[in-house]
Amino acid sequence: MQSRFSSAALAAGVTLILGFMVLGISFSVEGVVPTLEVSESHKIIGLLIGAGLVFLLQYFRAEVSKVTTKMKGDGQAHELPAFMRTEKQQRVLAFWAVGALLLFPFLSSRGAVDIATLTLIYVMLGLGLNVVVGLAGLLDLGYVGFYAVGAYSYALLNLYFDMSFWMALPIAGALAALFGYLLGFPVLRLRGDYLAIVTLGFGEIIRILLNNWTELTGGPNGIARIPKPTLFGLEFSRRPSEEGATTFHEFFGISYSSEYKVIFLYLMALLLVLLTIYVIRRLVRMPIGRAWEALREDDIACRSLGLNPTNIKLGAFTIGASFAGFAGSFFAARQGFISPESFTFIESAIILAIVVLGGMGSQLGVVLAACAMTILPEMAREFDEYRMLLFGLMMVLMMIWRPQGLLPMKRPHLELKRD
Amino acid sequence: MLALEKVHTHYGPIEALKGVSLNVEKGEIVTLIGANGAGKSTLLMTVCGDPRASSGTITWKNEDITQTETAKIMRSGLAVVPEGRRVFSAMTVEENLAMGGFFNNTNYDERMEHVLELFPRLKERFSQRAGTMSGGEQQMLAIGRALMSNPELLILDEPSLGLAPIIINQIFEIIEMLRGEGTTIFLVEQNANQALRLADRGYVLEHGKIVLEDTGQNLLVNEDVRKAYLGG
Repeated sequence: MQSRFSSAALAAGVTLILGFMVLGISFSVEGVVPTLEVSESHKIIGLLIGAGLVFLLQYFRAEVSKVTTKMKGDGQAHELPAFMRTEKQQRVLAFWAVGALLLFPFLSSRGAVDIATLTLIYVMLGLGLNVVVGLAGLLDLGYVGFYAVGAYSYALLNLYFDMSFWMALPIAGALAALFGYLLGFPVLRLRGDYLAIVTLGFGEIIRILLNNWTELTGGPNGIARIPKPTLFGLEFSRRPSEEGATTFHEFFGISYSSEYKVIFLYLMALLLVLLTIYVIRRLVRMPIGRAWEALREDDIACRSLGLNPTNIKLGAFTIGASFAGFAGSFFAARQGFISPESFTFIESAIILAIVVLGGMGSQLGVVLAACAMTILPEMAREFDEYRMLLFGLMMVLMMIWRPQGLLPMKRPHLELKRD
Repeated sequence: MLALEKVHTHYGPIEALKGVSLNVEKGEIVTLIGANGAGKSTLLMTVCGDPRASSGTITWKNEDITQTETAKIMRSGLAVVPEGRRVFSAMTVEENLAMGGFFNNTNYDERMEHVLELFPRLKERFSQRAGTMSGGEQQMLAIGRALMSNPELLILDEPSLGLAPIIINQIFEIIEMLRGEGTTIFLVEQNANQALRLADRGYVLEHGKIVLEDTGQNLLVNEDVRKAYLGG
């Protein structure tokens, strides 16, 4: 009893001290003299409430952990709720979900659709990296490099060869895949930490190259005025960019609205994501998918069965990279402007966080995590400077409650019924 | 069928095999016994091409495979049951067996049926995760997985490792059954007693060199072998 109280008090005390450093003191400049002053009272009160909460949590730790272990489960994949267990039910559910996603842009605000499009880009990136990290078990910290390759492929092809988005899209995917292949060739002999470090370096090399090759890429100024994708040649601008071309609203005889463009981009992103999900689902069920999984489990056993680990890893790397390429070129088209700044290491980290948060290897988990990782920071904008703090807190809670991810991979096979 | 001719293998500056010559003929059970660190596993791995022999030649079905790629060797009718079982623990028994037949898809169903006949226990556990099975069952699965490629030569690396005596007996019975079907077997064992009883011929490996070669029966009664490996 005694120790329970004192350890809780200690935890609360630490919270107070650390919290005071962050929230309690504010730094201001009067004239040229920087001064420190104690913050407004509501922050102090908030801090005290926080410390109180920590105290209570620590004091009733045994009771709290009872609840959390229940949520943690047995470390195995969780059973899905009753209405989505069979393949048929899942298909019906997926059908409804896609329907809802198709209707979504027509029923919500422009801002929401814009965020949803961004989310879909991250879903695509997460799914692509999931092949590399989740399925093949190769820790890739430079995934953003392939994303950059995709984005710059479209931007440069358009700039120098006047290529349209739809023509550049497959080329961007292929180029990113080629980069994945070229990088994978030498580095896939490495494993674990070493692989992570080399891929991290590769991501940085791409970014720095883009930053310094000013004649080709425009360097830190980036590339601006990248055209948006068209619908069978119909543009979404107010006036056609070339003489004689028709725009979307003119063609259909409706008045111009900038919302069409946003909705069109959203639907395109949705289409790309659905395609990605479909392709990867098929791959997982093919022998190569099973080989990825086997390789992740036991390298030596795979070799004893005549599998060539380098080729299989290379396959995962190349396929993962090509999805980043698609996402990248879509990103370039949506933003209309890209610069090396969009492809820093933090992007790689976010995409990796999506994969880990979702539960390695699980597609649905990755989709959910991508939504959480992009929408939550947006919703938390009101907390302005504490936004990232809140984000960190969420991650810590995840580690405590669901270390295996939101929806860990459910392997595509049937379990024996136990009665 | 398989022949090693004065094979040397190095791990960096350390010479693990010092000119090993041995051969396995079709239909035989040949066993290789030796103490810890004698180079038994190294010998097997050299046959598979990892590490490579630094000199000497390895012939398999009249072809020199000394410099052939590992993956290629493993697809040429030679199957290895690796030391320590190494089943894919998150996969089911069925999926493990399917991995065994990854490259050889002819008569897949027949072979699957055959393996399940040999190991009825695997049939009971067909949809169970391999990692949840006992050590003996996993060893059976490892052997079954290797058999799925329909090998001409089955190489077993210490199949009795870490198993209870009664399970070891079962495993050896199965090896005997496989001989009856005409599979050639190369058995590497520390459990010299049982291995020699079963084998047509045996080799004794010591410090990277073959020191004795004889029939299984003769080795079993050999004074030196008894002292060194069979406990007097």
